[in-house]
Amino acid sequence: MSNVQPLKNRKTQAGDTVLSVTDLHVTFPSEAGQVRAVRGLSFDLAAGETLAIVGESGSGKSVTSLAVMGLHPPTTKITGSIKLHGEELLGRSDEEMSKIRGRDLAMVFQDPLSALTPVYTVGDQIVEAIQAHYEISKAKAWQRAIELLDLVGIPNPQTRVKSFPFEFSGGMRQRVMIAMAIANDPDVIIADEPTTALDVTIQAQVLEVLKTAQKETGAAIIMITHDLGIVAGMSERVVVMYAGRPVETGTVDDIFYTPRMPYTVGLLGTVPRLDQASDGALPVLEGNPPSVVDLPPGCPFAPRCPAVIDRCLTAEPELVTTTSVDHQAACYRLDELAGISHAELFPAPELSASDLAEVPREQRPVVLELKGLERHYPLMKGAIYRHQIGTVHAVDGIDLDIREGETLGLVGESGCGKTTTLMEILNLAKPTGGAIEVLGQNTATLNRRERKALRRNLQVVFQDPMASLDPRMPIFDIIAEPMGVHGYSKDEIEKRVRELLQLVGLEPAHSDRYPQHFSGGQRQRIGIARALSLEPKVMVLDEPVSALDVSIQAGVINLLDDLQRKLGLSYLFVAHDLAVIRHIADRVAVMYLGSIVEIGDVDAVYENPRHPYTQALLSAIPIPDPQTERSRNRIMLSGDLPSPSDPPSGCKFRTRCFLHQTLSEPEKARCIGELPQLVAKGSDHRVACHFSDRASQ
Amino acid sequence: MSTAVNAAAKPAKRLTRGRLIWRRFLRNKVAVVGAVGIMFLVGLTLFGQYFLYWKFDDIDTNAFLTPPDSAHLLGTTQAGRDVLALTVRGLGKSLLIGFLVAIISTSLSAMVGASAAYLGGWYEKAMLWIIDLILVVPSFFLIAVATKGAPEGESSWLILVVLLAAFAWPLSARVVRSLTLSIREREYVLAAKFMGISPFRIIVRHILPNASSLLIIDATLGVGYAILSETGLSYFGFGVQAPDTSLGTLIGEGANMATSFPWIFLGPATILVFLVMCVNAIGDGLRDALDPNSASGGQA
Repeated sequence: MSNVQPLKNRKTQAGDTVLSVTDLHVTFPSEAGQVRAVRGLSFDLAAGETLAIVGESGSGKSVTSLAVMGLHPPTTKITGSIKLHGEELLGRSDEEMSKIRGRDLAMVFQDPLSALTPVYTVGDQIVEAIQAHYEISKAKAWQRAIELLDLVGIPNPQTRVKSFPFEFSGGMRQRVMIAMAIANDPDVIIADEPTTALDVTIQAQVLEVLKTAQKETGAAIIMITHDLGIVAGMSERVVVMYAGRPVETGTVDDIFYTPRMPYTVGLLGTVPRLDQASDGALPVLEGNPPSVVDLPPGCPFAPRCPAVIDRCLTAEPELVTTTSVDHQAACYRLDELAGISHAELFPAPELSASDLAEVPREQRPVVLELKGLERHYPLMKGAIYRHQIGTVHAVDGIDLDIREGETLGLVGESGCGKTTTLMEILNLAKPTGGAIEVLGQNTATLNRRERKALRRNLQVVFQDPMASLDPRMPIFDIIAEPMGVHGYSKDEIEKRVRELLQLVGLEPAHSDRYPQHFSGGQRQRIGIARALSLEPKVMVLDEPVSALDVSIQAGVINLLDDLQRKLGLSYLFVAHDLAVIRHIADRVAVMYLGSIVEIGDVDAVYENPRHPYTQALLSAIPIPDPQTERSRNRIMLSGDLPSPSDPPSGCKFRTRCFLHQTLSEPEKARCIGELPQLVAKGSDHRVACHFSDRASQ
Repeated sequence: MSTAVNAAAKPAKRLTRGRLIWRRFLRNKVAVVGAVGIMFLVGLTLFGQYFLYWKFDDIDTNAFLTPPDSAHLLGTTQAGRDVLALTVRGLGKSLLIGFLVAIISTSLSAMVGASAAYLGGWYEKAMLWIIDLILVVPSFFLIAVATKGAPEGESSWLILVVLLAAFAWPLSARVVRSLTLSIREREYVLAAKFMGISPFRIIVRHILPNASSLLIIDATLGVGYAILSETGLSYFGFGVQAPDTSLGTLIGEGANMATSFPWIFLGPATILVFLVMCVNAIGDGLRDALDPNSASGGQA
């Protein structure tokens, strides 16, 4: 890495407190009443330290960061104290804060798409950030911009510095954001969900860059995230927030290995683990996080807490020191609950028994089969004379089959063709090449009536529970809609909607409410009820839990699991979260650039991945276990996914493959010239790599 | 959403979508007042003539251009006709024209715009071509010429309605199309498609309700537009022909003498303003009732 000269002398030495927040309260006005977004947060941040603030949506973590940066809306009421180098920041004018922002405090936002101005080159934007605070010449600032881009790992920084943001991929843009954040050697970098919008392999790269940047500049980082895996890998200390209040703080090991507050215990227990095979249900935190508008007295977690006592309902517990000095938790029953495991506190619910469990896979009927499925899109150019200039190979020959009562997980980075595959299946039309067979019927030969009849058996649950329910329909109409189309009578519909609502764990009496009256998890349950209304055989699940909070996610996964057992459903489960796939899927298919590179039994693939891409993917996932995280050796993939309009010849993965680099010249030629086919490497495990035997070491 | 928890005041019976919207509409007091106002106006045109002493085509040879008095509550015109009777008669025509034109043109623009965007392909191209063609044609003159050449008679104003509607829809059809382009990408539309719902039903059930804010504004503005366009045409002697009358004709006639003989103008103009305000109030209420994000939610 380059040697970027520091711009200024630090006011603090390593180990000194650089930022001190004491008893921070943030309140917004709203139609419904006062939103008490943060209620009494205190922490000290030492120079060079990484502090993670964890919490679910609405817990006040992002509001905290905005309050520290002074970026809150003017109507916000903030009390308490925020001191940087011992100087109070609260109450300063926006003008004064502007001098501090970017120089002493920097921020990396979640969405790299909207955080850069599209009409200026990234160099101009970095130079602007430097010159806003320091009197240095344009040429020097430009030179520094190049050094910074080099530091964050952007290849060819000399030329890339003149590029516009749209010429960068999401991960590259986030690197530019980090370069801009560290441009003035800030003392504190606030990273607000910096990798949530990125793919796992890119996430691993960006987190690594953030670590490098921290090492080079010695800045302290406040990491705001909901991903416990990232917390375990990145941070030294952790603040867990719930309903605007810190409920537990301590070192990362204290929080992960000896959590004391029941909420933390539950949160850690409900996350599916990448590194553990699991049968049965996930432990569930019942209920939803409370609204911070009108909090009842008492502990805000009390309604969801299994260990609740009368005292919890009367007054809110304060943070008290537990057995170790800097480990604090807010709970009245700390001593009684010491050492309790999440299994005791949050027992996993029982799942229904499955009729199909005894039937071996080979004897079950195939419900969905793809044979060499291809989907190509023409790439058109020209306004008057439109002509084809290329082909996008979105899906390029994939084979897979799903049998009754099983779940196939489909994983891969964004742009690998997962969604196209789903849409091809759901459209029930003729693909560009190959065939789709649903319940033995080839979709290419269907007429309209047959296609409509087949739709009964193939239903879909979408990712975003906000977007997949029509906001203008009461949920009764939403769930009833497919039945109306397929000719159910009014009475039948009325009866069935009630059954379905009960089946997915909602109150039938709420059927005349609009989707907006429900929380994210409940909305996803409504989406599942709608998909189930026609009693389908196959359900296509497009990232059904990725938009949900961790504590809600477990409930939905359990519901899907239970429904599968009860109704003998087959799932095609698309997700980018490999831990969720490991928990719910029986088999998994890994896609890269329109092809399947590895497919097989989920435990076989996860425990013994044979394709270099699968290995990289698995190693990129952060595991919520600090010790495992520290001892892990990450396989870093270089670069981004190549464009599907111009895929590399031979093996498509070779341009990013770490194994390819180590091969001899004639072996490399084989990767370049010959497309690897899926080859069996076990009873139910097939891999498309010429050198998979060497990859498995 | 804290309301999800609050299930205390729950009626035992489920409310259907229609009843839900009706309840939400009734919560908006201004909209209810607007609806009552419209009902009053409709009642006035239907039964008003039986309560009035003067018929609209009566001529009082003793009173030309008299200001309001006990014989003629709103005064008389230059020809000695009673302004109140004329207003009541004209209101009926204007109501019919306004509502018919608004409903026809908004439905047309909704269906054409949404279907063009949803179906795409050649159909979209053809529709856009037609829309652009109508937009560049000088509609005012075409309407004028067409109404002149049309057969005379009792219901010749219906041709006016058709023509006004035919030239009013294209602009909003373009807006509906661009709205639909974004709505059709939403997942609930995809979900509906994968349920096997026909394109027409998807447009009616999912796309148009989600574009309803625009459509309602379009329709409420359309009422005023139609009445005033008819005014313009009537002013030039097209549209509604004497001795029949409309608010537009009356306003056009009265506007000439508005400073010296304001009563001829004031009566019909006040009624027109009142009518448009009522329509707007109903439109706002309907929009809020259809939109679950609006403040008229209450417990629904």
